[in-house]
Amino acid sequence: MEDFEPVIVAFVCNWCTYTAADLAGTSRLSYPKNIRLIRVMCTGMVDPQYVIKALLEGADGVLVSGCHPGDCHYINGNYKARRRIKLLKTILPQIGFEQERLKLTWIGASDGIRFAEIMRELVDQLTEIGQSQAKLKMVI
Amino acid sequence: MASNLKIDVQDKDLLVTLREFFRLILEQEDISAIFVSQRLPMKNTIMPALVTDSKTLDRTDPLAPAFPINGAKLLSRLTRKSSGEKIAAVLRPCEIRAFTELLKLKQGKTDDLIIIGIDCLGAFRNTDYFRFVEKNPERSTELFIDSVLSGKGTTAGGIDLAPACKACEFPIAPNNADISIGLIGIDVKNQVLIEARTSAGEEICKKLNLSETKKTAERKTAVDNLVAQRIEYRDKMFAETRDTVDNLEKLTAYLAGCINCYNCRVACPVCYCKECVFVTDVFYHEPSQYLHWAKRKGILKMPSDTLFYHITRLAHSSMACVGCGQCSNACPNEISVMELFRTVAEKTQSAFGYEAGRSLDEPPPLSVFEKDEFLEVAQT
Ligand code: SF4
Ligand code: SF4
Ligand code: FES
Repeated sequence: MEDFEPVIVAFVCNWCTYTAADLAGTSRLSYPKNIRLIRVMCTGMVDPQYVIKALLEGADGVLVSGCHPGDCHYINGNYKARRRIKLLKTILPQIGFEQERLKLTWIGASDGIRFAEIMRELVDQLTEIGQSQAKLKMVI
Repeated sequence: MASNLKIDVQDKDLLVTLREFFRLILEQEDISAIFVSQRLPMKNTIMPALVTDSKTLDRTDPLAPAFPINGAKLLSRLTRKSSGEKIAAVLRPCEIRAFTELLKLKQGKTDDLIIIGIDCLGAFRNTDYFRFVEKNPERSTELFIDSVLSGKGTTAGGIDLAPACKACEFPIAPNNADISIGLIGIDVKNQVLIEARTSAGEEICKKLNLSETKKTAERKTAVDNLVAQRIEYRDKMFAETRDTVDNLEKLTAYLAGCINCYNCRVACPVCYCKECVFVTDVFYHEPSQYLHWAKRKGILKMPSDTLFYHITRLAHSSMACVGCGQCSNACPNEISVMELFRTVAEKTQSAFGYEAGRSLDEPPPLSVFEKDEFLEVAQT
């Protein structure tokens, strides 16, 4: 399992984390290449089924990242997202997905450094727990 | 404010007495119809019906151990707009609780509705019910009632209640019923307990001139014992189901027989979307897409997206699951859908301090939020 490279699907808010990722790129901060960024207009539009689909398709981890509380462009999308992630974090471990496989973070637009840090952290954590069961098993 | 009233049982015949009670309600001037389970003239099939002619109430059968459909969805059709006329609905507790969930989603109204809850004696699975009536073509409901209420147990003629009913800790109508009909722990050869729980309920009962009674200690003990028994079964079911689905491989085995017919979602009273994404074009994939998926692991079970469907439904609906068991009832392949849903729902509902169907005052957890909550969920 030494050369295991986790795949991470990240749903990132256009107004903050996506910009932070961009900033990390333009400032030549290095962050792992394992991340597939999906730009969304707000974390409030991430339906639980997006996360479920990504995990069932074999993503080793899913990240949802948006504006800090109080900063959401649509006022409260991130608070709603937090409840949905809470819900998923209650369901997914019951069917064997480790807590670490789903992460919610708030990363502001100017936080390129934080973005790179969190990505590295996430890759480390996922490397440690290993491949997702969805990749190993036949998923019907 | 609830008043405890009673009706006397005529000739020791509970069913006849209840029918007479419903007739008196239907004949009240401002009530146009009563929604209640009916033994259809063809076969021994039980179905809810909207009755306007009190003569047809002699086939009303609210206690038959048959539960082919959760009436909440039907009631939502009947009440989503005002018809200008008032109806009364006789419902099992889980139907009222499911309707409460639909009310919160504005998929029903109570303005012109009187909800009559009735103590639930449980029901058989659909297929078991037909076996039961075949064996007992005459007076099958009476046989069932006697067996349950005399304490001989829930098995009538060797057939036992559906697992959903055995695990149901809510045999009594919830508080938002206008009138509740009590049978458990009552001497039903002689009387039936009628509780008027709301002012609308009081008003009706006043017109019927019912005499007062007191809730007895026997009633309380009988209900408490039944609930304790149900909780014991339920918790065992939770533990067993948890062990059976606690990773994807096991969940796959659990759902292996699923053909994605989506009957379980159609039957579910709280699967509230008007159009389910799983039956839209989103899932009408390109043929090349299937081949692509198949090539990844060398095999793709068809129909595909089975786990995706069930886990998504758990995410969308487990918060509102009332445990009625209709999902299992509707499954052509005997998949224990209810067990899975109730087991997962126990955790999702308790994570938000929520209980489906408990109170109209509790908003569905995913429709609201607080600014300072679940801080541990987000990393900052
Ligand atoms: S998921 Fe099943 S048990 Fe729960 S409310 Fe829907 S039909 Fe009833
Ligand atoms: S009713 Fe049964 S076969 Fe049909 S989708 Fe539900 S679980 Fe699958
Ligand atoms: S706009 Fe960024 S989370 Fe809502």
